[in-house]
Amino acid sequence: MSETANGSVVITHDVGLHARPSVKLTKLAKGFASTLEIAGTADGPWIDAKSIVKVMAMKAKQNSTLFVRAAGADAHAAVDAVISLVHRDFDEAGDGH
Amino acid sequence: MGTSHHGMGASDGMFLGPVRWLGQPMAERQSTGSAERERSELQDAIAQSVADLATLMERVEGEAQDILGFQVAMLEDEALAAPALTVIDGGTPAHVAWTDALDGEIAGYEASDDDYFRARAADLRDIRDRVLRHLSGDGAAAGSTGAVLLGEDIAPTTFLETDWSGGGAIVLTRGSTTSHVAMLARARGIPMVVGLGELPDHAAILAVDGGSGTVLADPDATQRNDFANALAVNARTRSLEEQFRLASATRRDGTRIDILINVAGVEELDHIDPASCDGIGLMRSEFLFRDGAPLPDEETQYRAYRRFVEWAGGKPVTIRTLDIGGDKPVRGLTPDGEANPFLGLRGVRLTLAREDVYRTQLRALARAAVHGNLKVMVPMVTVPDELARSAALFDACVDELRQQGIACERPPLGIMVEVPAVAVMPQLFDAAAFFSIGSNDLTQYVTASSRDDARVAALNDPSHPAVTALITKVAQYGREAGIPVSLCGDMASEPKHLPTLLDAGLTALSVAPSRIARLKAAIAEL
Repeated sequence: MSETANGSVVITHDVGLHARPSVKLTKLAKGFASTLEIAGTADGPWIDAKSIVKVMAMKAKQNSTLFVRAAGADAHAAVDAVISLVHRDFDEAGDGH
Repeated sequence: MGTSHHGMGASDGMFLGPVRWLGQPMAERQSTGSAERERSELQDAIAQSVADLATLMERVEGEAQDILGFQVAMLEDEALAAPALTVIDGGTPAHVAWTDALDGEIAGYEASDDDYFRARAADLRDIRDRVLRHLSGDGAAAGSTGAVLLGEDIAPTTFLETDWSGGGAIVLTRGSTTSHVAMLARARGIPMVVGLGELPDHAAILAVDGGSGTVLADPDATQRNDFANALAVNARTRSLEEQFRLASATRRDGTRIDILINVAGVEELDHIDPASCDGIGLMRSEFLFRDGAPLPDEETQYRAYRRFVEWAGGKPVTIRTLDIGGDKPVRGLTPDGEANPFLGLRGVRLTLAREDVYRTQLRALARAAVHGNLKVMVPMVTVPDELARSAALFDACVDELRQQGIACERPPLGIMVEVPAVAVMPQLFDAAAFFSIGSNDLTQYVTASSRDDARVAALNDPSHPAVTALITKVAQYGREAGIPVSLCGDMASEPKHLPTLLDAGLTALSVAPSRIARLKAAIAEL
């Protein structure tokens, strides 16, 4: 059973999507069977959220919007998980990074 | 006599030792001539690099582990080597293909207008060189102990692989104070100087002072002796001072002095134990308003302010409202081409003229106040009306938030005492919840001299009797009127001014975090 899902979220983390958040994002993404892609605009270009090389190359800064889309059996869960991670400031709020 | 060179201090401390050049040339590598073998050698080299880093990760923790984790994740991502493998299939040798692919990535990071992403170029170079070393059979570049590592830039893993047990230092002609290595060096207490520009390439011995950013190349016997003495005094004083860091500051007569810190960014808090201070006496909110960047919205400001308040865990945190103008221009906010910006539209004069900006900040502050002990202070107040208008605006923001059902509190609103008009007649400002004396601007305005101008810097002296008389007057008035008074300028960081400040009756001083231990030690002597 295949499904598609999409969403968007504003990056509030202090320095944006940098090394440690990118590691967390890609690790999370790899846990889903669906293809999972992110982009800096609603029209793309879409890049593979499971590739840290490509995620880092986006250089997404604080206050920029991250668009997320997925296709596959767990597409909705995957998009929700990514949005939730970004919402939680990559679980780094309060530790000063 | 050795030559003196100046860069930026990235990590405190002093060290003298032999030079070890970073980035020695790699061993030559010959192509195997077979695309298939080139392909598998590159893949092996990458696998060996991942194995190196995994071993290294077991020996380190915290920040260092995150840096290595990032490098491992990059190496394990097939997208990193994919372009190289494609050209290898077309007949290019593995080391050439890999270098070209990584140099392309590195150039992308170097072109970023963001300091953070630009600094990651060093991580990519580190990854590139490690794989190249394995390709050419060079193995790891293990570091020696007790040397000054000198080069253009240094890889984070080079730092981690170096044995620092015998001391050492880092001197870079380029580099950045925000690089991973700078963070690691500060955490490890390794002196580091960056941005030195040119260095004589014959230097064999370097004397490094990471505090001042000074490097002495090939010092002669006298200079070495002086350096050794300074180092010994420095080390002795520092270890004595360290004993005071976590204690409360108390004078000989038992009077307790509150020592607070001045901060200008969230990341500074990483390196400070909240137990070492009595709160934050001055948080400069300007760090959120970077020149050329979009103005921060309420949510961004709220999150930032909340971090400071939560870090302090119930201790007071005084956040100063936006103090730009003067020597701190922000395009789109500060006026252009002012003839005399220090006497122009700056501090509260500017925020009252830009009510939209002021409102956003006051709303964010009222929301952050819910999370701890927040106070707000207004800079550059000259007449009581500026405080009254700020207070009214603050009240209006709080009312508005409550109507919107957003959690908020109205923090106490105090003023900076830095314009002589206020210091001469503090009784006009009874509406202030507290006074915070800004000795830097007060000195500059009372002596009509800028400390940025070397020709008049001698006049810019906070111990001028006119300045100290005003400080004494404000402290005395505060005691009589029941208004708390503190001082947050550089004057508080200099032990030589301490007797004057304590005699004036001040019992709260706010200083740079690096000065805490020294200041507490000096207070114990008085």
